[in-house]
Amino acid sequence: MTVLRARGRERRGSRALASPSLTVAAVLVAAAVSLPLVYLVVRAASGGEAAWSVLLRPQTAAVLARTIALVAVVTVAATAIGGALAWLVERSDLPVRRFWAVAAALPLAVPSYVAALALLATVGPGGALGEALRLDLIGFGGAALALTLSTYPYVYLLTAAALRRADPALEEAARGLGRAAPAVLREVTLPLVRPALGAGALLAALYTLSDFGVVSLMRLDVLTRVIFQQYRTLFDRTPAAVLGLLLVVLTVIVLILEARARGRAAARAAPTAARPVPPVALGRGRAPALAFCALVVGLGLLLPLGVLAYWILRGGSAGTGLDVAIVAPALGSLGVSAVAGAAAVVAALPVALLVVRSPRMWTRALERLSYGANALPGVVVALALVFFAARYLGALYQTLALLLFAYVVRFLPQALAGARTALAGVNPRLEEAARALGRGPRSAFAAITLPLAAPGLFAGATIVFLSTMKELPVTLLLRPIGFETLATEVWSATSVSAYARAAPAALLLVAVAAPIVLRMVVRRDGARAEAEALGAG
Amino acid sequence: MAVETRGLVKAFGPVPAVSEVDLTVARGELMAVLGPSGCGKTTLLRLIAGFERPGRGEIRVGGRLVAGDGVFVAPEQRRIGMVFQDYALFPHLSVERNVAFGLPRRERGRGRGGRAARAQTALELVGLQHKAERLPHELSGGERQRAALARALAPGPELVLLDEPFSSLDASLRAALRREVELILRDAEATAVLVTHDQEEALSLGDRLAVMREGRIVQLGPPEEVYARPADRWTAGFLGEVNLLAGMCRRGGAVETWLGVFDSPGAGAGRVHLAVRPEQLDLRVDRAVNAEVVEREFRGHDVLYRLRHEVGGSLLVQLPSLELHEVGARVHVRPAAAAVASVVD
Repeated sequence: MTVLRARGRERRGSRALASPSLTVAAVLVAAAVSLPLVYLVVRAASGGEAAWSVLLRPQTAAVLARTIALVAVVTVAATAIGGALAWLVERSDLPVRRFWAVAAALPLAVPSYVAALALLATVGPGGALGEALRLDLIGFGGAALALTLSTYPYVYLLTAAALRRADPALEEAARGLGRAAPAVLREVTLPLVRPALGAGALLAALYTLSDFGVVSLMRLDVLTRVIFQQYRTLFDRTPAAVLGLLLVVLTVIVLILEARARGRAAARAAPTAARPVPPVALGRGRAPALAFCALVVGLGLLLPLGVLAYWILRGGSAGTGLDVAIVAPALGSLGVSAVAGAAAVVAALPVALLVVRSPRMWTRALERLSYGANALPGVVVALALVFFAARYLGALYQTLALLLFAYVVRFLPQALAGARTALAGVNPRLEEAARALGRGPRSAFAAITLPLAAPGLFAGATIVFLSTMKELPVTLLLRPIGFETLATEVWSATSVSAYARAAPAALLLVAVAAPIVLRMVVRRDGARAEAEALGAG
Repeated sequence: MAVETRGLVKAFGPVPAVSEVDLTVARGELMAVLGPSGCGKTTLLRLIAGFERPGRGEIRVGGRLVAGDGVFVAPEQRRIGMVFQDYALFPHLSVERNVAFGLPRRERGRGRGGRAARAQTALELVGLQHKAERLPHELSGGERQRAALARALAPGPELVLLDEPFSSLDASLRAALRREVELILRDAEATAVLVTHDQEEALSLGDRLAVMREGRIVQLGPPEEVYARPADRWTAGFLGEVNLLAGMCRRGGAVETWLGVFDSPGAGAGRVHLAVRPEQLDLRVDRAVNAEVVEREFRGHDVLYRLRHEVGGSLLVQLPSLELHEVGARVHVRPAAAAVASVVD
């Protein structure tokens, strides 16, 4: 035992190589990331009784109940749909399984507010079928549907990956012990993928909790929308800060619930097998299963694409569709997203390096702090930075610099996950070998570690890029006056039912996201999907 | 002196990994450091290389103080070549660029024939000139090891450190590569410190052998001497199978045991324990039976027998496999001619 521990120590990364400047950089990054939450607390605390009384209002209780209900409905629906799709694709004899395997994940390329736009532009007021089919989808039902369609792919991807990893011998053993297929599913398969289902459900819940785009378009008064409106309409902004803290508390509760569920499931380590499993015959269930897949993919992917195409054509014939007005928001989106992606990776590097090189209690705490931004909905980050900038950095308020800073704070965890994995994959002995061959620490890092970690770093930057493209609340609150992105364009046009104006921008967003998502799905990169999910708009 | 450590101490937390190590390696010498895993031998190597800071003590490389007394020279300024256990070849660089990596910039350039001359020389030294353009993953295990060696030797270091260089190779390759590596190191006139947990490797490779246990060097000397005269029971047992026999030394140089009298120069009078190697015992089939064969382990070129002696209990005996004794055979065991046993306490 002592021998083993001693060995572990000998193999650890070399501390002699962790430089003070690296530590300083990492601490600065972690401090920047925790700034919004800290300042939100400070601001709310300084608000006095009047501000806190917002919590006691009956409306607040109603908003809270509505928020919890929406999160619950979306989480349950997304978990059921995603789990069922994963089982059908990985374990049953569903026709054209490989097609469904990819198609089921593709709605990931459709931002949730574009899914909302698609629903509104079809059956909402002023929609294509608006008068013929008044399905009054505005409000709870519409928001829940749009959010479910946007979040089930996370559950699907994680569960499908878990099913692929699960040892098929376990299910075969259960068959051999006399269990029929449904019993095997219930008693063996489901417990095996429960951690993955739980992780997917967590993503769906966090996404819904932090979503602003869908609920504002569907005019559903949940916390994010109410916070935004309080901030926009009231002179005293402190109640918004208090409600923001309430939202953070809800988020933390969701995280704790999931951590508890995961703690119980932790013992089920994934085995290594990758043998093909003989599919379960669906029999008479084949047609309904096929219809189910078609319905989900139809609503999540084909409906948005079809509706966008319809409105572009209709707008084109009316002379208001594709015109040069889209160029400025498109360039704005691409520009800030590219810069945010690069900046997030640069900011993530020192933290990731420190954690990988000298894994100690305080470096891990630093890392956790940096991941903490995940628990902050975009509205909250934006609000806190607005307060902070308005009071201390007047010159920076409503500048691109502050907007980019907010993006980096918001999406750092995604870049950090990528950077950490990439750096951990580089054998520390390689850099030591370079040192022994006469290179200084910087030169060794640049010549060896950086090129080897580059693909992973680039992947992290890509995810931040994509998240920034889709980002809505931070952009709305912090953008310079007159600065438009594709996301704000879609949002503001849809808010006033100008679907023909919203459609080109929305289609462009989907077109940018699609290849990235497709690549991710084809590579079966569940972890990356998880990282991306946390950047929900 | 190529390298010299004095009073070297390194602890991770409360647990000392290296304590009070004094080690001197002469120029051109090949020093093997042998010890079980966790004994601190890798930490010692990493201290010399500069990847760890010593808690106390000094390290000198080529006479220059590199660590201790407030001085700490960075690894890149120590002129030490290192061959890592997993070789640590840069996976994105060709063999040639790996080897040229440590050369000064002007010598890294490509000379006549499109190759960096010094890298080429190093590759020739290890016989890999025909694989210069390959990437590390395209090499066999043995070739990777030679590439790592060439990379460490190319800049002409003061000292080469080898960390368990043969542990990731097939057993069948090891013996051949051991000889090859030794020849390459001798050819390059390199000074080398090699760390290993494999007794055979340490005994066959080093000019001198340092045995480490729990952070300390417990014995240091030529391999033959360490093997023949282990400092204590633990070292005796760690270097190979051994029979511990209690005995009494009456007159200088001879120890009387229940198995007979052994020559043991330097033994002081009184009760002692002897470490007797299995090959220092002999078996006969004659009338003077005193033991029975309990177990036989056939190892090809030799055989290891476990005997039960009629008075003394269990004994290990190793013999060439020319003549085999069956399990259950009654035999006569006695000290081999010219057996010199060593006193271990």
